[in-house]
Amino acid sequence: MNKEDYLNLYRKMYLIRLFEESCGENYSKGFIRGFLHLYIGQEAVAVGSIDALQEKDYIVTHYRDHGHAIARGLSTNGLMAELFGKETGVSKGKGGSMHLFDAEKNFMGGHAIVGAQMPLSAGFALASQYRQEDSVTVVYFGDGATNQGTFHETMNLASVWKLPMIFFLENNFYGMGTSVERIRTNGKSFSNLAEGYGIPSTIVDGMDVLAVKETTNEVVQKVRNGNGPALIEATTFRFQGHSMADPAKYRESSEVDEWKKKDPVEAFPNYILSKKIATQEEIDEIKKSVSEEMVSAVKFATDSNEPDLNSLGKDVYL
Amino acid sequence: MNEITVRQALQQGLSEAIENDPDVFIMGEDIGAYGGAYAITSGFLEKYGPERIKDTPISEAGFIGAGIGSAAAGLKPIVELMSISFSLVGFDQIVNMAANLRYMSGGQINVPMVIRAPTGAGMQLGATHSQSFETWLCEVPGLKVVAPSNPKDALGLLRSSIKDLNPVIFAESAGLYGVKGEVPDEYFEIEIGKADIKQSGTDITLVSYGHGMPLLQKVSDELSKKNVSSEVIDLRSLSPIDYDLINNSIQKTGRALLLDTARKNGGVMAEIAANVNESSGDYLDGPILRVGSEDVPWPYNRKLEQHAMTSVPKIMNKIEQGYSL
Repeated sequence: MNKEDYLNLYRKMYLIRLFEESCGENYSKGFIRGFLHLYIGQEAVAVGSIDALQEKDYIVTHYRDHGHAIARGLSTNGLMAELFGKETGVSKGKGGSMHLFDAEKNFMGGHAIVGAQMPLSAGFALASQYRQEDSVTVVYFGDGATNQGTFHETMNLASVWKLPMIFFLENNFYGMGTSVERIRTNGKSFSNLAEGYGIPSTIVDGMDVLAVKETTNEVVQKVRNGNGPALIEATTFRFQGHSMADPAKYRESSEVDEWKKKDPVEAFPNYILSKKIATQEEIDEIKKSVSEEMVSAVKFATDSNEPDLNSLGKDVYL
Repeated sequence: MNEITVRQALQQGLSEAIENDPDVFIMGEDIGAYGGAYAITSGFLEKYGPERIKDTPISEAGFIGAGIGSAAAGLKPIVELMSISFSLVGFDQIVNMAANLRYMSGGQINVPMVIRAPTGAGMQLGATHSQSFETWLCEVPGLKVVAPSNPKDALGLLRSSIKDLNPVIFAESAGLYGVKGEVPDEYFEIEIGKADIKQSGTDITLVSYGHGMPLLQKVSDELSKKNVSSEVIDLRSLSPIDYDLINNSIQKTGRALLLDTARKNGGVMAEIAANVNESSGDYLDGPILRVGSEDVPWPYNRKLEQHAMTSVPKIMNKIEQGYSL
């Protein structure tokens, strides 16, 4: 990795952070409606892992999807416009926060039924295998999804068909308001679930963007080489509630404070500075440029038109 | 013309698709080594190999979803369910993924996929294996639903369904696989959304689909003995429904008997009755008549099952009472 690579990782994490803060602000103002799930605290997971992928690889994710979309390079203009429900949004204002798509970038959603994205993801991996292409599919899901039948069905399918896919578990220790101890007998680790299906698994510190990237790199390489599916479990934490409607009464603020000490958006630039990879001025320059990008994204979303009412029945059928 | 069964028509349509389009593959439980629960894909594995004929684990949500994903990636999967009752286990994938993906992505993603499934009662399979959930799937925008009643329609609709860029539910009446009929030698397709007038008439319009069609033919014969001329319509396509053809017929005859072999409550014919009421109310000589199966879970006992099903006497009674014909 060169200096640009480090700064690029930081820029993306900081962009997600400011994007999410802006979403929260615009939700409070009433410009964004519906359910809004912020990715604040988990930035290193999406940024580190997606940085290890190629353009031809498929990405499928859950409803807390803004971070993955930004990490994949979807424009903040199109994303913010989607959240504002505008016709210039990535899904033309018809998807909303939980249903972000960009097929050209192989960013295949944004899925809001917990665990439902996993069978779908196996299909993208199956298509790669069927066409004898070396693209891989990464499917993101949370700890809550590990108790859905679709997770187990898909692990079995992927294993028996040796599909080129990576099950990427973002373990943030709470499925909405329910802690992992309350939904699983053996406590906090999930990666051993894969063993029963003959799928190798790795645990990585999801607050450490470099560790996430390195681990994903290694795993993706094996999967790309035809060794069948793999599971990565990244331990992470969301600093805010499940959604904007959640006051987070089910956890102690001390637990949140502990995790905030590992905040990747703070820790990573400090690491870069301590290793003298870049200067404070360069970090500040990124912060300034990201702030400007967000101002411009909100302006773009605000200025964009609502969808024409005649578009209501469009795109139901082809 | 060639006389073949519905099963042979489906086999012909599937073989053609596999041979002509490398993106087409078939996936489902026991479709390969076993040859298919209803022997539709018998011999396919040996002929086309395991890449094109994929046996799946018993994981409907898993392999329906995998089919959807592969279609979204540009392949053309044909997924076979052993029974349309089993669609329930994969309903979330069918509705929230196959049907919704295009719309909620702003038109970016297509799902050119066919889900074939046997449907209907009458074989003493009990409550869980005898249902007709094509009626539920008709409610879902983004899906097309077809249901052939004869070999020609089976082949023509299968060709159109595989070519269609939308997800298509292909409901096969399990009791009709062995029914014979003439199929043209030259290539043809049957457009999705077009009903078929099986017989022209002037006094009453009879409408059904799939397993209801053999019943309607008998009803029509009974009526002609009483000098009543009936127009018999096979819907063929349940979503979209060919309302123009149906309303034109009923505006001509002034009378309508609509037959669901599915449960009457919430059946396809309820929707058609409402449409005809709005579109052709002024032309009606009496109320629109509707016959469907009894609103009970399907029983195993043969007499009970037959009692729950629609029948020629039940339909004739309804017509006699409704129109004094």
